[in-house]
Formats: sequence, structure tokens, C-alpha cells
Amino acid sequence: MKLTKLAAIAVAATVAAGPVLADLVFPSLDYRTGPYAANGIPFADGYADYFALVNARDGGIGGVPAKVVACETGYNTEKGVECYESTKGQGALVYQPLSTGITYQLIPKATADGIPVHSMGYGRTSAANGKVFRNIFNYPANYWNGASIAVNHILAEEGGDVKGKTIALVYHNSAYGKEPIRTLEELSKKHGFKLSLLAVDHPGQEQKSQWLQIRREKPDYVLMWGWGVMNQVAIQEAANIRFPMDHFIGIWWSGSENDTLPAGDGANGYKALNMHNVGSDFPLYADLKTHVYDAGNAAGAGDQSGTVLYNRGMYAAMLAVEAAKTAQEMHGTANITPAMMRDGMENLVIDEAKMAALGMPNFGPSFSVSCENHGGPGLGVVQQWDAAAKSWSLITDFGPSDMEVIGALIAEDSAAFAAENNITEGCN
Amino acid sequence: MSANFYYGIEVFLNGMMAGVLYSLVALGFVLIFKASGIFNYAQGVMALFAALTLVGFQNGQIPFSHLINAVFGTNIHHFGWHMPAILAIILTLLVMILFAYLVEKYVLKHLVNQEPIILFMATIGLAYFMEGFGDLMWGADIKKLDVGLPQGGNVWLEEHTAFLGGPDFYGFYLDNLDMWATVFAGLLVVSLVLFSQYTKTGRALRAVADDHQAALSVGISLRAIWVIVWSIAGFVALVAGIMWGSKSGVQFSLSLIALKALPVLMLGGFTSIPGAIVGGLIIGVGEKMFEFLIGVPYLGGATENWFAYMLALLFLVFRPQGLFGEKIIERV
Repeated sequence: MKLTKLAAIAVAATVAAGPVLADLVFPSLDYRTGPYAANGIPFADGYADYFALVNARDGGIGGVPAKVVACETGYNTEKGVECYESTKGQGALVYQPLSTGITYQLIPKATADGIPVHSMGYGRTSAANGKVFRNIFNYPANYWNGASIAVNHILAEEGGDVKGKTIALVYHNSAYGKEPIRTLEELSKKHGFKLSLLAVDHPGQEQKSQWLQIRREKPDYVLMWGWGVMNQVAIQEAANIRFPMDHFIGIWWSGSENDTLPAGDGANGYKALNMHNVGSDFPLYADLKTHVYDAGNAAGAGDQSGTVLYNRGMYAAMLAVEAAKTAQEMHGTANITPAMMRDGMENLVIDEAKMAALGMPNFGPSFSVSCENHGGPGLGVVQQWDAAAKSWSLITDFGPSDMEVIGALIAEDSAAFAAENNITEGCN
Repeated sequence: MSANFYYGIEVFLNGMMAGVLYSLVALGFVLIFKASGIFNYAQGVMALFAALTLVGFQNGQIPFSHLINAVFGTNIHHFGWHMPAILAIILTLLVMILFAYLVEKYVLKHLVNQEPIILFMATIGLAYFMEGFGDLMWGADIKKLDVGLPQGGNVWLEEHTAFLGGPDFYGFYLDNLDMWATVFAGLLVVSLVLFSQYTKTGRALRAVADDHQAALSVGISLRAIWVIVWSIAGFVALVAGIMWGSKSGVQFSLSLIALKALPVLMLGGFTSIPGAIVGGLIIGVGEKMFEFLIGVPYLGGATENWFAYMLALLFLVFRPQGLFGEKIIERV
């Protein structure tokens, strides 16, 4: 009798502690603490604020409220995996790990659990091949697209000819930092430029050797794959050696206000790639003000609005919401499962009309996802820092990357992964 | 002489400057270890906290404003002033002295006579507490630190040495900030040596460092000495925080500069102030020259951290007490 009562209480407690089943759960693997908090906070705020807007303005997604479940990772891979394990049982629809290390750990776990992962502009690049990585998505662009977009920009600056030029890559000495090397090596063969590689050890507070080498070798352009303090120090060191800042181009994780402000005027003219637009001059911001900020529901301290990484978090949330809507339409139910969400992501279509209707005209590229291509179109823009105005502005349109080179690399890498893991490529 | 020869000299000089910056961090560790036998894990976070407080004072930031706004629904952030750097430095120093007093009163006092590992663990807890407290007090955003120190390469030196190595040599590059750091480190060491040699308090510090029990028996207050030594370590942390924060902005990864101090301590010894300086110079020059001569040409670069710890390990094997450390003799 006692046992029966205990069991009944346990069941009741479990039900009471569980989520409201009707909510659509979107875990947010935040990092608001630790060495990378300054970058984690704006992304997490943008992500949370967009869902708050959808709930307040639209009554949720297809009438079902969205619930953001935050979990602090501290940008630590082990903690990120713990966050995944502790939140997946709550009906998580999609994970945005916001870390290449965490993404690598989650690829087999999420695949086994049938939960999609969206590593937007980071993670394992060859996950763009959806025939192998069925639950992993990295649209609208990946690191290899980024490397190619940077080289294309240099080609445009040099009138289409970079033969004999030297391009240096200053990179974080980690799996993340090494991602573009293979692509850049292929592109150097194709376009005839010399590639010089300069690794920077974590965390990157001391880079004197690398920048003395750059001063000695005088490369024509410097690309940077950095994160956190490495970015600020690199930009300061480049300014110190009077390297022409408009010949210094960072990946999209090296292009936020956090990276340029500490160097003051020295950062003027520095360029970075991006996969979305910058600033707050979009109708969506009026909605955010009315429904989120003025209602006192802004995430965090509410002071990140309009920054590059806030916009990125918002963009990631928008893509998740649109995928959820697609899934609802495909399956004819508002209460979608992770498997349905995966279908929604694989059939996502983002066009200019849709973005304009969402109050985000020209905010990102138009693209569609398919089973064969989980990576999107690989389009990107170049932005430039104005130190006087303390703001970024886009200096190019969304431009393509060299899919001839990148496609072959993705096919090769994903085939190796499929062979290692006994995965049969296909779209069933 | 070829341009490469002069570039080698340039790397050597920059290695010395980098070494001085490492020494600045190592000094704080040495001071506390020497006086109390505690390996202060929180030294890096102290540098971060000091730099955060300095920028906060300078910019007129209201402490705990995010917390106040969240609790009371207000929207306050700044007092509306911009404080002169020197005044902000003095106020920050007072905060670090208050911090030292609180650490002694609420942590160390209760751990007297505990095993060193217990004290070490307490400083780990202290580090995490301070990091969170600093975040709550001043926010996690990256702050520009400007106390008027010049940044950038020294143009005069570049122009006046460019003739040395032919057309491929562009003159010696030395960072103005690094040169100032060298000056401040020199002043700091001279002041510390004079203080410990020629003042009554300094002699008391040395007495405590030599033998706690004997120092207590002649009436030296261990608690007062601990407050003083943690205050001095707080001051050293402030100087290190200013120098490193000027390079990268004040941000939470500043606490990781402690990683740069460890090989310096292993090499120079945990109990020697000159050891921290000489150790820093050897590590700084060694890692930069290794990277220049071997790391980049043959190993693909990024060998500096590896080399620093390998060198320190070698010293540990052959001279466990470090270059200047006191040899530990246990009599049974």
C-alpha cells in the first residue's frame, strides 16, 4: 500500500515537474559567464528576445507558445554536453550549441536521439551534406564558405588577380581555427596566391611573435579566425604595427563591436565577414520595442539591442521559428516533435518576401534547404568598422563562395565520416 | 649583418618585454606564497577584478547597476562623471586593501594551521567568488582601458634603426606600452626590495616568511601581516591588470594571464622576487626565440606555451626550488 502511494506521488511529482507539453521547447545553450561571456550574452539575448516577441506579438508559433530553456555552458564543451543531456527530455526541438567543440560532441548524440542541431556558421563544416548528417544543419553559411568569401573579396579588391600575393591566416590553434586551412590551401592553388599560416595558442592574449612575423613578411592581406580575447589583441597588434586595417579581414566570429572597440581609432577600417545584416534599422526593432523592451521583458540587461551578435542570435531564432512553422504546415499539427522539426528545417525556404513580412528586409540571404544541402547557399557579406561612428556597415552585397572547391571538400570529408560511422548516404 | 640577424635581436628584445609582463603576474603569486605559504590561485582574478574596478571608477559606472535595475525596475547605469586615471587608481587600490582585509577576516583567519592544500583550495573558491562578484558588480562586457599610457610601436626607434639591416629590415619594433610596463615593473621591484629591506613592516614580512612561529613569538601579528601582503599583492595585480588590460581591453579572460605566470614561478622559484623577474625574462626570451628560430620554420608555430612549460619542467627536474627559490630541507 505504502509502495503504491509512493509510486503515485512519484508519478505526480514527475508530471508536475515536467514541461507544459503544449509548449514548443527551444533550449538555449548560453554562456553568460566566463572568459567568453561578452560574446555569449548578446547572442543569448537576441535569441531569447526574438522568441519573447513571437510569443507576445503572434501568440507563439502556430498558436503554441515557444519556451526558451536556458542552460549555462560557460563555453565549456563538457558543460555543453551536460546541458544537452539535462534539457533534451523536456521536448527540445532544436539545439544551437554556439560552440564548435560542443557541436562535435552533440553530432552523434543528437543524431541518435533524433533531435536536430543547427550550428549556424560554425561546427563541422561537412555537416552541410544532409545525406550523411541527417540531423545536423549549418545554413546559411559555414567556415569554408567564409574562407572563400574572404578570398573572393580580396580578388575583387585586386581586380581579379592575386597571383604572387601573400595572404596570411592568423588562426586560433584549435579545431575551430584550423577549419579554413584546407579550403584556403585549395584556393591558393587555384588562384596562385601564397598562403602563410600563423597559429595563436589559446586564449590569445600574447601574440607578439605572430605580429612581428607579419611585420617582417609583409603579407598583402591577413585573414583571422579568432574568438574572444584573441580578436581584440590581434586587432590592437595590427594597429600597433600599422598594418593597413582594410587589408585585415576576420571571420564572422571576429567581427563584433566587442572585437573592435578596445582598440579605439586603431581599429578603423578593419573588415569582417558576416552572414546577416547589421544595425537596428529594421521594422522588427519597432516590434521588439513595443512588445518586448517596453513591456520589461528584454533578456539580460537589455543593453545589447542592435549589436552584431544580438542580431545573430535573433537571426538564429528567426530561422528556428520559420523552420517550426514549416514543420507545422508539413505535418498538419501545431505540437511538433523534434523529428517534425528536422523535416521543417530540411524544407525551410527563406526568401526576401518572407523576411520583409517579418520586419527583416534584406537581413539575410534568400535560400532554401534540402536533404542534399543542409548548409544553404554559402552566401556572405563583408562589413567594415567605422571607429568614429563606433559602428559596422556592410560594404558588399551577399556574395557567393566557390562551391566548386567547397563542394568537393564537403563530399570528401562527409564520405570519410560516413565510412567511419557506417552511415549509408541517402535521403530516405 | 643580414636583416634576419637584426630581426633575431628584435625578437629577443620583445621577448624581454613580454617576460616583464609575465613577471608582473608572477610577482603577486610570489609575495603571497613567501609570506604565507599559500599558492594564491585567485591572483589572475585579482588582476581582473582590479582592472574592472579601475575602469568602473574611471567611467563613473554604478556598481551592481544591472542587479539594482533588475530588482527595483530602475534604469541607472552611470554617475555621469569621468574620473581622472590617477584618482581612479588610488580608489581601486583602496578597494584592493579592503578586499585584503575581508579575505583575512572571513577566509584566512579561519584556516590558520590548516594544510597548504586546504588554503590552496580556499583560494580556488575565492577566485570563483571574485569572478562572479566582479561580473555582478561591473558587468561582463569588454571595457576599453585608457590610463594615458601610449600604445603602438615606437616610431622613433623604428626610423632610427632602419638603416642597420639593409632594405629588408624595417627597423626595430618595440611597443611603447611594453616599454612602460618594463619601467613600472622595475620601479615595483625596487620599491618592494626597499620596502622589505629597510622598513619595520618589511622586516616583519620577511620574519613571517622565514618562520611563522618565531615571528609570532616576538610579537608580530600574523593577521596584520597577511592583510598587508594581500594588499601589496592586490597592488601588483592592479599594475598587471592595467598593463594586460590596456592590450586587450578589460574582459574576463584577463584572469587567464595567471597561466603565463606558472612557468615563470616554476623557473624562478615561488619565494623569490628577483626570481620572478629573471624567470619572466628567461621564459619571455626563451619562448620567443624558440618560436622564431625553430617553432615557425620547422614546427608550424604556436610553440610558445609548450616551450615555456617544457623549460620550466626541465628546471623542476634539475632544480626543484627554481633558480632563486629556497631549498626545502625537512629535518626529522
